[in-house]
Order: sequence, then structure tokens, then C-alpha cells
Amino acid sequence: MIYWLLFFEFFKIGLFAIGGGAVTIPFLFDLSEKYGWFSTAELTDMIAVSESTPGPLGVNMATFAGFQTAGILGGIIATFGLVLPSVIIIILISKLLKQFSQNEHAQTLLSSIRPGVLALIIFAGWQIARISIVDIKTTIIFVIFTTLIYFYKKSPIFYILLSATVGIILKL
Amino acid sequence: MKTFISLFASFFKVGLFTFGGGYAMLPLLKAEVVEKRNWVTENELLDYFSIGQCTPGIIAVNVSTFCGYKLKGIKGAIVSTTAMILPSLIIITLIASVLKSYMHLSVVSNAFAGIRLGVIALLINLMFDMGKKIFKESNNKKLHSFIFLLSVCLLLLADTSAVFIVILAAVLGFIPTFGKLWRRAKK
Repeated sequence: MIYWLLFFEFFKIGLFAIGGGAVTIPFLFDLSEKYGWFSTAELTDMIAVSESTPGPLGVNMATFAGFQTAGILGGIIATFGLVLPSVIIIILISKLLKQFSQNEHAQTLLSSIRPGVLALIIFAGWQIARISIVDIKTTIIFVIFTTLIYFYKKSPIFYILLSATVGIILKL
Repeated sequence: MKTFISLFASFFKVGLFTFGGGYAMLPLLKAEVVEKRNWVTENELLDYFSIGQCTPGIIAVNVSTFCGYKLKGIKGAIVSTTAMILPSLIIITLIASVLKSYMHLSVVSNAFAGIRLGVIALLINLMFDMGKKIFKESNNKKLHSFIFLLSVCLLLLADTSAVFIVILAAVLGFIPTFGKLWRRAKK
């Protein structure tokens, strides 16, 4: 049955895609070759839509691919399959973490990883910047946003809505 | 019950206003679960990201499950993760079935060009915030600065994978401990 197959295939992706949303993309190309559920061109559209809608990229892709294959229920099942391995694995790790949270070595481990994660945050910003800060106009807007956020601590949602509005008004 | 409802509301909001996923959701998540609700600490959130980075699956889902579990066990994990993915499910289904022409609207691409700039600005501020805190609390400032600088260089110059950075940081962080154990063993 198509629903079982969808669930099984997306469960596999959820289990083997380590490192987040973008990592699911090559797996989806494999699916398109293996089953012909969607064409490569459709997949390219899916990536574009998933990148320009709210929500994590990987979840958006799963919903889209499932929907293309088997309608609304297909979208739900594919997403559920994708998410399930994460939920199970993280619950198990959470249990361990609870046990070891007071352990001295666990603390050393986590506190030395944090500066590395800080670097990953900068790199994430850099990767978006590379494709978005492209001319004087975008540079100026970026500097204004950064200054505003630094001085006025409002909710990130406020700034996301503001930046969307600025993008539309200035036709970025 | 009240906690479950606010858990659901918070993660639904995070899912709705996260664009792209991964670290782009960190500023929003921090505002919601650390500052507004006090459910987890800033350090815990960073730890969730570092573990979520190295375990299978979507990072956003991994982090939601961590937060939900910490607060309300398995049920909490299911509620927070469902709430987080629900906006995606609804919006993508709508676009795929009704708004096929969504992508060709210039308003959409303009808005997203703006949002990307906003997200970078949010990330930069977050980095300063969290960086200050991490190095203030650090019990080995030299080593931690070295890990930070080395990671930045590796990422920018060699495009290293995130998993590699986390493992490298863990190994480097353990060197003083190994040294101590070595000296104790020699005696």
C-alpha cells in the first residue's frame, strides 16, 4: 500500500539524515528515481516552496513530497514517518542526559562543545549572508536591522514581520 | 493541562515563524522558551542544538522534542513536536493543493529577501548575547576561545561538517581531563 511505503521511506530518511533539513534533499532525489512519485523538476519546485514558507525545510519537504504522492493523508504520513525516529531517539537521549547532567565529565563535555556551537551559529548567519547581502541596499538594511535589534529588545517575530514588510516595500 | 496548552502554543508559534529551520529558529526559540517561559536555560538550549546536530533527523524536531520532554516527559515531547510541525503541514498542504502560483508572486520573494536579512541580524545579536554568557561562565577561557576560533576557521575556510565541529570540540575539551588522569596514573 502506498501509505505504508511512504511511511517506511520517510522513516528511513528521518533515521539516516543526520544534520538537518538540507540533508534530506539527496534522499528525496533517490526516492524520485526509485519510485517515480515525483519528477526532478517537481522536486526542484518543492525545494523552492519549502525554502520560502514558514517551518523547518525538512518537514516542509516531507509534507510536500507526501502530498504530491498520495494527497493530504500522504503528506501527514510522510511527515509523521520523518519525525518519528527523531522523537524516539531524542527521548532516549533525554533520559540519559537527566542521569548524567550532574556528572563532572558530562559538564566538561557540554561546556566545551558550546563554543563550537557558537561558531556554527556564526556560520549559519554567514551562509545566509552570502546569498542575501549582495549590494549596497541590502548591506544598509542589514546594518539598520542589526542596530535596531541590538538597542530594542523586541520579540524576534516582530523583527521577522518588519523585515518581510521592508522587503516588500523596497522590492528586494 | 495548562502547561500542555502553553507548550503547544509556544511551539506552534516557533514553527510558524521559523524560516529555513536549523539555527534560523534559535533566536525565536530562545525568546519563547528561555526568556518568556523559563522552561529551559540558555545553556541547555545550546546543548540541545549540539546534540540535535549529531543525531538523526531534522534539528528543529530534535530540539522541540528535547524541550517538551524536559518539561512534561514523553507526552510533552509529543505535544511540542506536533505543534512545531503543524504550521508546516497546514501551509504546505494549502500551497500544494490551492496556491500553485504562490511561488511566482513577486511579493513572496521580496518578503523572503527581507526576512533573510532580518534573520542574519537576529543571529548576529544572538551570537553576541550567547557568546558573552558562554565565556563569562567558562572555567577554561583559553581552551574555549581556542575551540571557538578553530571552529570558525574550519567552517569558513574548509566548510567542515557540523558533526565534525561538535566532535572536535568535545575531544579538545577533554584534553585537560585526560592530562589530569594521565598524571594521576603516572604517580
